[in-house]
Amino acid sequence: MHMLKRVWMFYYDGFRSMTVGKTLWIIIGIKLFIMFFILKLFFFRPELAKYKTEEEKSKVVIENLTK
Amino acid sequence: MILSAIVELSRLQFALTAIFHWFFVPLTLGLSFIIAFMETAYFKTGNEFWKRTTKFWMKIFAINFAIGVATGIILEFEFGTNWSNYSWFVGDIFGAPLAIEGILAFFMESTFFAVMFFGWERVSKRFHLMATWLTAIGANLSALWILVANAWMQNPVGVTFNPDSARNEMTDFFAVAFSPVAMNKFFHTVLSSFTLAAVVVIGISAWFLLKGREEEFSRKSIKIAAIFGLAATLLTAWTGDGSAYQVAQKQPMKLAAMEGLYEGKSGAPLVLFGILNGQKNISARSVDSLKYQTEKPFHFAVSVPKVLSYLANRDLNSFVPGIENIIKGGYPVTKNGKDTLALSIAERMERGKIAIKSLADYQKAKQAGDETGRDIALKDLRDNFEHFGYGYLSKPEDAVPNVPLTFYAFHLMVGLGVYFILFFIIVLLLEYKSKIAKQRWFLVISIISVPLAYICSQAGWIVAEVGRQPWTIQDLLPVSASVSGVNPNAVIATIVIFFTMFSVLLIAELAIMFKQIKKGPGA
Repeated sequence: MHMLKRVWMFYYDGFRSMTVGKTLWIIIGIKLFIMFFILKLFFFRPELAKYKTEEEKSKVVIENLTK
Repeated sequence: MILSAIVELSRLQFALTAIFHWFFVPLTLGLSFIIAFMETAYFKTGNEFWKRTTKFWMKIFAINFAIGVATGIILEFEFGTNWSNYSWFVGDIFGAPLAIEGILAFFMESTFFAVMFFGWERVSKRFHLMATWLTAIGANLSALWILVANAWMQNPVGVTFNPDSARNEMTDFFAVAFSPVAMNKFFHTVLSSFTLAAVVVIGISAWFLLKGREEEFSRKSIKIAAIFGLAATLLTAWTGDGSAYQVAQKQPMKLAAMEGLYEGKSGAPLVLFGILNGQKNISARSVDSLKYQTEKPFHFAVSVPKVLSYLANRDLNSFVPGIENIIKGGYPVTKNGKDTLALSIAERMERGKIAIKSLADYQKAKQAGDETGRDIALKDLRDNFEHFGYGYLSKPEDAVPNVPLTFYAFHLMVGLGVYFILFFIIVLLLEYKSKIAKQRWFLVISIISVPLAYICSQAGWIVAEVGRQPWTIQDLLPVSASVSGVNPNAVIATIVIFFTMFSVLLIAELAIMFKQIKKGPGA
């Protein structure tokens, strides 16, 4: 428990004392939001995810490759 | 027409993402080691100067890392959405290396990266130094696995195709992970990244010297970067030679495009510099064959006799096939240790069609419970599988990549590589004679060299990726069979979003970095 607290405090103090780091974390946050909540949700739905089983996915790909 | 649009747009989308991603990666790979050297000097001497120097470059490293982090994940989105046939076909080849990469990146980088930045006053000097070295090693090991996956696409070894699932299954992990193509690609890529980072350090230090600031900091940074950069550039040239040899053996069409070699010859010369003849256009080959054949490949070229033969086969008088030879076949090759004649692209297309039909027949026979039919189809598939991808080509010319782009990118990369060897030697000489701070013309050249290092690095990837077209997986799957049936408008929308987002990120990186550089190591 003592060890966990020390690790927590290490990161907590580190983040709190950042200067440039704060700006960078804001940029990282905005970037990840655009990537996962806009791009991933609205534009990047895996094509084969609509098929439930591995067999169905194989069948579709084999059809695509042999048509 | 729609398929062609999807292929071209998806390629553009992927190229855009990969190019932007690669703006951030090489500096991370190289600068991490330069920082480790500087902190080692601090650890050994206890001199606070080295701590201040290390902290400044660490800040530059952090800005680049933070802006670039996760941009590569978008490539994985694209695999699943735009390249679903390809993603399925590669099977666990991508899964295993990328899983190792993810675990390594997460545990090594995120743990030790935090110690590097938060731990200066909280852990011992020895532990902090270890964290810095492990961050550098971890970042470069992460690159190993993604480059192993890329190398497999250029040279698919260590797998067996499963006709029931249409996936390639790994049968020999070591053949995949330690193939000569993978090893050369890894070392060539990371060493060239070290070169780029060294040029960036010298460029920024040169700016301080031009401004008459931080002379000791700048000169010592330049010295470390120049020694590191010179060693890295010489080793990059050595691994580049290894890569070119592998290309000659595994991807002869790419080598022919790199050299603008249309007609092969024994004792083939290496083109040092040349201007390609735009009339010698491969797309004109099937339209106006006579005109195409009579056009010369170059308006002007400076070549060194026999060197290409040596680089390609380690024999000054060996035969190097050109684009025409590879299309027509019939030249001597060694396959599985036996001397034979190369098949023409037309013959490979026929055998590829047999392989594709055999896969369909295999499925039909399996569904009908016809074991004999299934076995015959499986044998035909196995006998012809190495030509599988050729079955999707419409004409032999489709097997030829964009020659001008590959040729100029290759020569630009090599030319800049030679320039950087000379550059580092001059930097070291000037620094040794304590003249570098006074040579303002050379300081300006050092700053201009920074964008040249990025151009060189990107040109290398253009050679690797444009040069291997039309294949996503060499000989097994072309781009036309790899794409999904996505909506072209959605792809256009993502291209616009990516371009905007990445441009903003790049501007943000440069703005934050310039601000920190202006503040200097004393801030």
